[in-house]
Amino acid sequence: MDVLRKLEILADAAKYDASCASSGTERRHSLGAGSGVGSTEGMGICHAYAPDGRCISLLKILLTNACIYDCAYCINRRSSNVPRARFSVEEIVSLTLGFYRRNCIEGLFLSSGIIRNPDYTMEQVIAVARSLRETHGFRGYIHLKTIPDASSDLLAEAGKYADRLSINVELPTERSLAALAPEKDAGGIRRSMGRMRLRIDEARAERRAPRFAPAGQSTQMIVGADSSTDQTILSLSTNLYGAYGLRRVYYSAFSPIPDAASHLPPVPAPLIREHRLYQADWLLRFYGFDLDELPLEASGNLPLTHDPKLAWALANRGLFPVDLNTAPRERLLRVPGLGVRSVTRLIAARRHRRLRIDDLARFRLPVAKLAPFVCAADHHPGSGLDRVRAPVLEPEQLALL
Amino acid sequence: MRETTDLFAEPAEPDMPAGAFSVPRSLVALAETAILHRDPERFALLYTLIWRAFRGEKHILEDAADPLVRRVQLLAANVRRDIHKMRAFLRFREVEEPEGTRHVAWFEPEYFIVEANAPFFVRRFATMRWSILTPYRSAHWDGETLRLGPGASPAEVPDDDRLAEYWRTYFSAIFNPARLKLSAMLSEMPKKYWRNLPEAEAIPDLVRAARARTDRMIEAPVLSPPRPTRRTAPPMPPTVPGALGALAREAASCRLCPLWTRATQTVFGEGPGDARLMLVGEQPGDQEDLAGRPFVGPAGQVLDRALTEAGIDRNHVYVTNAVKHFKFEPRGKRRIHATPDRAEIEVCRTWLDRERALVQPAVTVLLGASAARAVLGRAVTISRERGRPLPLAGGRGIITVHPSYLLRLPDESAKAREYAAFVEDLQAALRLAGGG
Repeated sequence: MDVLRKLEILADAAKYDASCASSGTERRHSLGAGSGVGSTEGMGICHAYAPDGRCISLLKILLTNACIYDCAYCINRRSSNVPRARFSVEEIVSLTLGFYRRNCIEGLFLSSGIIRNPDYTMEQVIAVARSLRETHGFRGYIHLKTIPDASSDLLAEAGKYADRLSINVELPTERSLAALAPEKDAGGIRRSMGRMRLRIDEARAERRAPRFAPAGQSTQMIVGADSSTDQTILSLSTNLYGAYGLRRVYYSAFSPIPDAASHLPPVPAPLIREHRLYQADWLLRFYGFDLDELPLEASGNLPLTHDPKLAWALANRGLFPVDLNTAPRERLLRVPGLGVRSVTRLIAARRHRRLRIDDLARFRLPVAKLAPFVCAADHHPGSGLDRVRAPVLEPEQLALL
Repeated sequence: MRETTDLFAEPAEPDMPAGAFSVPRSLVALAETAILHRDPERFALLYTLIWRAFRGEKHILEDAADPLVRRVQLLAANVRRDIHKMRAFLRFREVEEPEGTRHVAWFEPEYFIVEANAPFFVRRFATMRWSILTPYRSAHWDGETLRLGPGASPAEVPDDDRLAEYWRTYFSAIFNPARLKLSAMLSEMPKKYWRNLPEAEAIPDLVRAARARTDRMIEAPVLSPPRPTRRTAPPMPPTVPGALGALAREAASCRLCPLWTRATQTVFGEGPGDARLMLVGEQPGDQEDLAGRPFVGPAGQVLDRALTEAGIDRNHVYVTNAVKHFKFEPRGKRRIHATPDRAEIEVCRTWLDRERALVQPAVTVLLGASAARAVLGRAVTISRERGRPLPLAGGRGIITVHPSYLLRLPDESAKAREYAAFVEDLQAALRLAGGG
């Protein structure tokens, strides 16, 4: 099989992993280096966008899509009839360097189906990273998928070459994992995340400690393949962020696949639900919301029709309007339509002037959305707040080009 | 503003700065960026802004509601976006030349950013020879020096490249047709960039076929029959051989109380199966939960130090906890220790009892109230009962404080006093066990 065909199969096999970040690692460059190529400068770069709106930052491929596991939601499961392929180490290295030199990518995100056993698979993945770093002096970004319960030495080596490591928790509950991914072990996944956190913390705290994944670890869970509620999902996320210091939890709407498992037939991907989960995740991490404050419906899910911050505000009208000129930061962060950066800007600006409603437009803020929830020097919503209703779901935009 | 007393007086020329003058560093950075814009007013805007800063409005940039500040900030934001998009969407093509390989790119920036952006490409592609051509300026790197030249034409860059087809294939394969969301793509990668992106050719076909591909998957799915599952046993945590190892393996999947749901793992006891001395703590903490071993966090370090001072080798001691899962309250990005309740201690005692039955220590040291409750089955006041031997079913017990108590003491003299008492209790335990 030629490399082009392998690339087609093994990129297709990797596209259900939502992670694409290439940010937050140490700063490196190639200036003054005799050989090698690449740099990382903190901020990641999205080099292209696919028509699904997702950014393409890394060459995201599998080493092989052959897998001894049979996870029902996965296109690469043992019982699927998809064509199989396997890259050699050299093929991945030369594609990565080739694309990198053309400025198509920030680096490599390498994962793999489980072949033979966890340690063997992990060794193959590491061999690619080792060749890139040590043989070719590659200074771009490397994200490696870690195989749960791979040996401690292999984990240490993976962390030495990778900027980021990740293990997917896959599903929100242990029961779902047992039902849909019978060979995966929730305990093993958590243990591995725990081990990674200890090493990441150690490397960060002690200068002499061996380098270990400076961009930290992340995970992904699939939304909509089981009956877990948003509450279950977000409570797991909260636990994962707290326990393992994750940089990100990615939510991946369960997506139709070409060759589905008969006990998990394909349904349209719940994209809006996925979007609401990300919004709630942000509220928990950056807006000072607690899990029990989230506006969950009786079903345990977030409303789909409008964003969770607006839903929270509508359920807590008594806390509004918020005065833009006097309210503390925590209160401003709760206003629908104000983001973290806008709040910082407003607070800086109001040291110099009394903010008026026109100033909001100058900040490019959504004045109509904000108006019922805020007071300004020349504005009070009066009974405007009472008239705000939860919006209805907007019709899906049709795809025309 | 300058104050004027006489309304009709000639406005005096404001004092001109002699030689150098200073404005905030952040204003310099903003001006350096905004000046790269195309807007013909940029010079006048920046002049006014710098003038106002110089005339006393030192913190002018903080007031983003000021129309002038906002306007200049928007210019700078446009420029920064253009700089970022150049780093993202510029594509090199490989050209073979007699001197070796050169990478050449054609890019059409909106603003005058080539000079400002070239150092980024130097840092990244320092070991390559490359040229970036744009309509107004070109930049050439020979591996050592950067040379800026005049504008160029797209005809100077080859149309295709050895890897272009590979990149298009990757771009097409990584796209998920079931998630088609054109607006998101267009807002980040507007069409004006497409003509220089080799992958953009593939977009129209991908979009056209997406709906049909997805409908086919959902309405007429190809379903693989479930196969008999070859269930591979989940790998187990590192284990020790023998009866204690078997007990640890059994406890690894303990579901006797709900604490397992949020914890990482069961943290079982560890140490020799024939230890004369057993230490029982309360429960694993954050670090113990992550590592899967008892007393490895801050309290464990206090314990290790105290053991050493008491003349006890931790390798000869069996160390465990009353409760085997970490109980905590999530607080933002941290997990805060929560004391296990009576029911949790009671239920978990089954593991502790079995550990004690296997190890049969001569002396069991009960570190803190939870451990004492687990072993004695009653509430104890540590200050009243500490340090003296208690009869236990099999061997004897000694109550002392939990090392985390020593960490929580606020003042240093109390800390030193309590630490010494703790070491004394450990020494008493050692003597009782027939050592030391």
